[in-house]
Amino acid sequence: MSLDKDQVRHIAMLARLKLTDEEYAISVQKLSKIVDFVDQLSAADTTGVVPMAHPLDAAQRLRPDVVTESNERDRYQENAASVSAGLYLVPKVLE
Amino acid sequence: MSAAGSNSGWEVVIGLEIHAQLATTSKIFSASSTAYGAEPNTQANLVDLGYPGVLPVLNKEVVRMAALFGLAVNATVARRSVFARKNYFYPDLPKGYQISQLELPIVEHGEMFITDADGNEKRIGITRAHLEEDAGKSIHEGLDTSSGIDLNRAGTPLLEIVSEPDLRSAKEAVAYLKKIHTIVRYLGISDGNMQEGSFRCDANVSVRPMGQEELGTRAELKNLNSFRFIEKAINLEVERQIDRIEDGGTVVQETRLYDSDKDETRSMRSKEEANDYRYFPDPDLLPVEISDEYIEAVRESMPELPVAKQSRFVDEYGLKIDDAEILTASRALADYYEAVVEATGATAQIAANWVIGDLAGALNREGKDIGESNISAADLAGLVSRIHDNTISGKIAKQVFEAMWDGEGPADEIIAAKGLKQITDSSAIEAVVDTVIADNPEQVAEYKAGKDKLIGFFVGKVMQETKGQANPGQVNQILKDKLSS
Repeated sequence: MSLDKDQVRHIAMLARLKLTDEEYAISVQKLSKIVDFVDQLSAADTTGVVPMAHPLDAAQRLRPDVVTESNERDRYQENAASVSAGLYLVPKVLE
Repeated sequence: MSAAGSNSGWEVVIGLEIHAQLATTSKIFSASSTAYGAEPNTQANLVDLGYPGVLPVLNKEVVRMAALFGLAVNATVARRSVFARKNYFYPDLPKGYQISQLELPIVEHGEMFITDADGNEKRIGITRAHLEEDAGKSIHEGLDTSSGIDLNRAGTPLLEIVSEPDLRSAKEAVAYLKKIHTIVRYLGISDGNMQEGSFRCDANVSVRPMGQEELGTRAELKNLNSFRFIEKAINLEVERQIDRIEDGGTVVQETRLYDSDKDETRSMRSKEEANDYRYFPDPDLLPVEISDEYIEAVRESMPELPVAKQSRFVDEYGLKIDDAEILTASRALADYYEAVVEATGATAQIAANWVIGDLAGALNREGKDIGESNISAADLAGLVSRIHDNTISGKIAKQVFEAMWDGEGPADEIIAAKGLKQITDSSAIEAVVDTVIADNPEQVAEYKAGKDKLIGFFVGKVMQETKGQANPGQVNQILKDKLSS
């Protein structure tokens, strides 16, 4: 098993997922399998190979610095759970 | 408490991360406006809101601005740079990741020079400068059970400028920050407005016993939004760390927030465990490639930078180095000064004195910036010209200046309306001198007996009689001639 429960707990916390003990057991197994599968790549000799940032052999196209968007707030906010005075409302964030 | 201000036995180590908002009209990855102060969420489109299925497209201007900055700080501008996702959850980051750069930033290995406490030039390394998007804003005030999210700022382009830990005091940190602030404004790539948050700074601060090579544990100070606060916050944090270690404790690596109302730094515990950003290359964006020709074109477009401008002012206008430094502190001020000189001809030093003296004083008094001056460069040139051609004396000029500042019109109008024209007609001055001599026989006798200092008394009397309008040089000469005859 390449991952332990604490690592999975950490990943779950970062993903804001709440898992039961049973789900943890399954996740440790499944995620370990994925990691083991990907780990096979380590067997390949990559000396002198430049890390690939993107599968397409192309460069980023650039956009001119022009504003073409208009205010569509009302339409976008139809999808929001809760809005007030133009703001999206979320559970209180304490800092 | 450690001895106030003296951190004897301890060396302070500071590195700064500066976020400069780039002065584009549209966002880094979307065509929404970046204008400040709009109604909440009216400048947030589908890309900024993180809707599924949208694709970011990089703004051409941000690449140019980053390259320009890189060249200005003698850095390497990467021919190939890559965007990465920095993953974390926060309500003002709807995608769940910020697009930033990690392994291949657009700018690396730069430098900036500051003057240290001993007056020597000191090199501060710039590790890197990378492009990234800003997050939105969370609003807590006036809401009981929820927080409000405004995503207008989401996707605003930022250049994060990271220094080496080369700074050794809060003063050096401020000096470096001011240099970067000046340069981004000179380049026209950021307005540098700290109140509006377009120029922000985080400081990594640690201390170590003098002579120790290994760095101490650092704390990251956030929320430093004025030059004054940065200096205070760093000094507070240095004192806190020294006190802690001297009391047998240890410094914990953490993020601390500076509270300017309470004048203290405090721990932001909540962010600790989440500091695992799991960066990976953003598959939505291809690598950014820049050609040598492009870099050369950007280099060609480079405006004159502060150091070069300063030495040109000394050579071309014969200014003192200190005056040249003040006048080149911002491009707007330097441009204003040059406009005055151009309009007046050969009076560069008088123009400098007025810009640095009375004009700066008046601006300061009203908390204005040179762009908001009540007196245009052309109008100040009008005043300087009247001093230069002896129409008015320097003393009367101050009176004219105040009237101009108060909006009473250009110098010539004020001089005519108030009858301030200097008296240069020697027969008129002679007549006044004769009266003064006739009215003060005692002082005349004393002067003739060798009390030379009394010349000031006579000049004063003549000036009083002429309401300050007589040409002081002529008054002096005529008095001396008449009194010695």
